[in-house]
Amino acid sequence: MIPTWSADNQERATALIAQYPEKRSAVMPLLYVASLEHGYVTEEAMREVAELTGLTAAQVQSVASFYTMYRRDPVGNYLVSVCTSISCWLRGADDLLAAIEDESGTLDGEMSEDGTFTIEHVECSGACGGAPVLSVNWELIEGVEPDKGRALIRWLRDAEPETISADEMQVLFGGRRSFEWAVAEPEGAIAPLPAFAPYGTAREL
Amino acid sequence: MTQKILTTRMEEHPSDSHTLARYLDTGGYATLHKALADMSPDDVAAEVKASNLRGRGGASFPTGVKWGFLPEDTRPRYLVINADESEPGTFKDRLLLERDPHQLLEGIALSAYALDVQRAFVYVRGEYSKAARRLQRAIDEAYEGGYLGAGIAGSEFSLDVTLHLGAGAYICGEETALLSSLEGQRGEPRIKPPFPAIEGLYSMPTIVNNVETISNVPWIIANGGFAFASIGPTTSAGTRLMSLSGHVATPGDYEIVLGLTWRDLIYDVGGGIRDDRPLKAWVPGGASAPWFVPETHLDTLVTIDDIAANGSMIGSGAVIVMDDTTNVVAAAHRLVKFFAHESCGQCTPCREGTTWLERILDRILTGQGRRDDLDLLLDVSDNISPGLVWPPAMTTICPLGPSATAPIVSIMRYFRDEVEAMIPVEEGSLVAREEVLLG
Repeated sequence: MIPTWSADNQERATALIAQYPEKRSAVMPLLYVASLEHGYVTEEAMREVAELTGLTAAQVQSVASFYTMYRRDPVGNYLVSVCTSISCWLRGADDLLAAIEDESGTLDGEMSEDGTFTIEHVECSGACGGAPVLSVNWELIEGVEPDKGRALIRWLRDAEPETISADEMQVLFGGRRSFEWAVAEPEGAIAPLPAFAPYGTAREL
Repeated sequence: MTQKILTTRMEEHPSDSHTLARYLDTGGYATLHKALADMSPDDVAAEVKASNLRGRGGASFPTGVKWGFLPEDTRPRYLVINADESEPGTFKDRLLLERDPHQLLEGIALSAYALDVQRAFVYVRGEYSKAARRLQRAIDEAYEGGYLGAGIAGSEFSLDVTLHLGAGAYICGEETALLSSLEGQRGEPRIKPPFPAIEGLYSMPTIVNNVETISNVPWIIANGGFAFASIGPTTSAGTRLMSLSGHVATPGDYEIVLGLTWRDLIYDVGGGIRDDRPLKAWVPGGASAPWFVPETHLDTLVTIDDIAANGSMIGSGAVIVMDDTTNVVAAAHRLVKFFAHESCGQCTPCREGTTWLERILDRILTGQGRRDDLDLLLDVSDNISPGLVWPPAMTTICPLGPSATAPIVSIMRYFRDEVEAMIPVEEGSLVAREEVLLG
């Protein structure tokens, strides 16, 4: 175990490793937990995950660098990911991305100077019926017109929400959805990581 | 034509179709109990085989046949559910995960019983955090209710289900890449054979099935394989979740019985084209599928076999519709860019070829195209997928590289004049470039 990790994260790591017949399989979940611990996948985080899974640090780095959702550089409080794949592109995704870049003063692929935002374009988000879509800390908003995208950026900057909720943002800034969810989710994201209780990245609203 | 299998509960009970209480209230898990009490594992497998259910993830392989490939004696066996839905245009597994996760779990339990599996994994793409939360809650509820875990419903049958979250890699939807990823490695596809049924997760026999495929299993066992087989065309049995996106008036997921025409699907189900504009082309089955055009295909049938006979595939059921305002070179560029980004890099034809295709299209789009670029596009495509035939020939471990040639072949076949029109008349001339860029 990694003694410098928070007690909660140590507990999570133990539970995650126990979920698999071979502990090597826990490398992906543990990279999420390590991201929460360190803010992103640092060199130290990779060494720690290696220790937990019996791999070498090089093997963990090889895995971490393969997947786009593991950030190996500092990331803003709000990771804004604009889908620019075919269905969103057909519905104006490039205009949405341009509006987001302009309003946040941050170019695609970069973090704002104050660390509030990281802006990125992503490949298909799997919500093509609600195109164009974006997500904030992997919480999805569908049917986002450029002016609503600008309003979203201003809201994030001014309100500084601690927990990001897809449902709240959908009501404030969204439009057409792929399908209706009907009821609000009780959890949201506390970091630029997918909000999932076993990884410690979700919080009750 | 109104038969529904997968979306009945979520339509009738939109506020709580994802909860255990509602699932039980609408007959959920009764089929599992009945099967454990009255049916042998072979009986369950026989119903699935009789149903003619074919995989909903893209390859349309008969599920019962795939199950039959498991070797007799080797244990343990694993069941892995592919919820890494990432094919551009596809958003139907998310619907099933968010709105009816217990339907999937009952399908997993029935399938695991049939296959003598005690460990199942669901690989959910990392971006689907809401779907993952709902599925995890459903898993927790199912354990508490005794529908998962040790000795289910007083039987000898035990099953553990683990949700594994991906981290942003389309290639992990390819079944052997998914298994590599689940083992804690880079998500790189493996050479087949051996197929996963023989040597899969941790080198043990493994069945990998799509979310929609397995979500059909409770209905099949409850109503019998024959009842399922009798819905729709013989070789496209059952219903199908079609994801309509792009320039249709009403994009969304629609559960339909196959056998209708494309005209019916686009103009009735999809509500026609936005603002009543003319239809230019559509992608019939996800980004990897060769395109269709109205002059040739509008009155052909939407079945697995008819689409294949017309040189494309139903794939993941993702229909991406483009109206007359679409710049087809830009659309092809967007699709090729996706494959270039998602190439895992193992095979040279895919790693280099997809990048070349992207760059050539990019320079055509920025007014720097050369007259021999049209031939070059086809030549590079031919090196990735020799002969540019359908189904595609491969020089690579997996079909990702060949998939990138589908949009190239499509625009060269149907819109060659539009591609040519983007090449400056006087090669390299700035004036000509401006003419292209400014129209």
